[in-house]
Amino acid sequence: MLRADNLFKTFNPGTPIENPVLRGLSLQIDSGQFVTVIGSNGAGKSTFLNALAGDVIVDSGSLAIDGKDVTRTPGWQRAGMVARVFQDPMAGTCENLSIEENMALAYYRGKQRGFGASLNRQLRELFRDKLATLKLGLENRLPDRMGLLSGGQRQAVSLLMASLQPSRILLLDEHTAALDPKTAAFVLELTDRIVHENQLTALMVTHSMRQALDHGHRTVMLHQGRVVLDVAGEERGRMQVSDLLAMFEKTRGEAIDDDALLLG
Amino acid sequence: MTLIALMGALEIGLIFALVALGVLISFRILDFPDLTADGSFPLGGAVAATLIAGGHDPWLACGVATLAGAAAGLTTAWLNVRLNILQLLASILVMIALYSINLRIMGAPNMPLIGSPTVFSPLIGDNFDIGWQVQPAVLAVVIVIAKLALDVFFASQTGLAMRATGANARMARAQGIATERMVLAGMALSNALIALAGALYVQTQGGADVSMGVGTIVVGLAAVIIGETLLPSRKLWVITLATVLGALLYRLLIAVALNADFIGLQAQDLNLITALLVGFALVLPKLKAKFARKAGGKN
Repeated sequence: MLRADNLFKTFNPGTPIENPVLRGLSLQIDSGQFVTVIGSNGAGKSTFLNALAGDVIVDSGSLAIDGKDVTRTPGWQRAGMVARVFQDPMAGTCENLSIEENMALAYYRGKQRGFGASLNRQLRELFRDKLATLKLGLENRLPDRMGLLSGGQRQAVSLLMASLQPSRILLLDEHTAALDPKTAAFVLELTDRIVHENQLTALMVTHSMRQALDHGHRTVMLHQGRVVLDVAGEERGRMQVSDLLAMFEKTRGEAIDDDALLLG
Repeated sequence: MTLIALMGALEIGLIFALVALGVLISFRILDFPDLTADGSFPLGGAVAATLIAGGHDPWLACGVATLAGAAAGLTTAWLNVRLNILQLLASILVMIALYSINLRIMGAPNMPLIGSPTVFSPLIGDNFDIGWQVQPAVLAVVIVIAKLALDVFFASQTGLAMRATGANARMARAQGIATERMVLAGMALSNALIALAGALYVQTQGGADVSMGVGTIVVGLAAVIIGETLLPSRKLWVITLATVLGALLYRLLIAVALNADFIGLQAQDLNLITALLVGFALVLPKLKAKFARKAGGKN
């Protein structure tokens, strides 16, 4: 379904702040699989997601979704295949537009936009029904400005927006990191439900080892721009956070050893 | 102030309402600080005046002037999205270039249109006395059509995509919107309106002058800001209405200030009054909030 092959990406090449973020990252994801991604800061998690979405174009390597090569395809052209929810609740919605206008924008994701009215009675009906499933009372606030909503409400609406149109893959970039624990739990539960109901292929980046093991079917750990751990099935079922933490420490320890060698 | 002077203020106010709608698209909807207006307004005037003086139909002249304005806006946007030149700088470059281009188009620093047919002449006929009533009426119809057309456009799928581009480009791209194309199209639309205003302006003023564009952007912005202050709203049809009313009120205030003999202001004080008015409109929302807080505190 998704095939990332030997991806490389360096920011600011040839300058003193040169930063090689992706260093030969390869990953294959099957249709309907829900993969959680962990890794320390600078491991390349966000860059990998941005590369999949087309916000970042990789230096080398290849990227295919559904057998279609998208390595050089600009982000807006991939939107029909890729749906996203951003870490920052502000980033995924337009705060100066109304809730219904934001949803209308998402409703036409990956479709040809014409000169017909962006909103009509049927669409409002659909949006109201979708919002009612959140049980946040938002179904009565369609004309309200998005900026009036709390971070959690906005992430919940972002998730709904991502599922308004079918997509080949859903990208979730630490979409609960900016929320308080209770709201984060609600948004995560909603994520599970939406991914399950729509049988989505999903990639969720998280900082929490607990979340990484509790959600989805498979967990991938990135380190220095490569996949260093990839567990699924029974092996993953037996894993505890402490196991994951130990492996996390181990890869980091090796990195420190490497640096020590270099500096020594 | 006489009725004729009032109608004169209304007439210019209506023309600048068109400029203000253009400025609204670039500054507010696309969030693109665009100074091209100072060049595209006289560009529209120069193209229209030259065509009319050459014996062409005035409406055709307006149409060509509008297209010329669209090309100017497209150039500014292209410099920004394709060549990555800073928005403000890109627009200044085009504005400066247009000064020379406008001189080339007219072949002289000015072009009189006295006695030439205009879009107003069929309605005025031989009865020149009714000109001061006909011209604002025709302009009012043009403005109403432009305002309603913009309202319909910005409620459409493409129009909403353009608004999202200015509000949150990253989100817009994630929804599959070609944001660069939206900026190109929006800037073309903005400057097309401004050039149309220039084309109508030369037909009310009896000629084009290469320096007629100086300060266009300030007047347009003044109208947008006055409108926002008077009628704050998130609804687009209210915003466009506020912009049109802002332009009319602005010209009316200028006319009152210049006509009130006791103040002692004269025509050369126009730009000073403009600056003061815009400055006042900018601080007014803060003053309003301050008074509202004080009033609330007493309860």
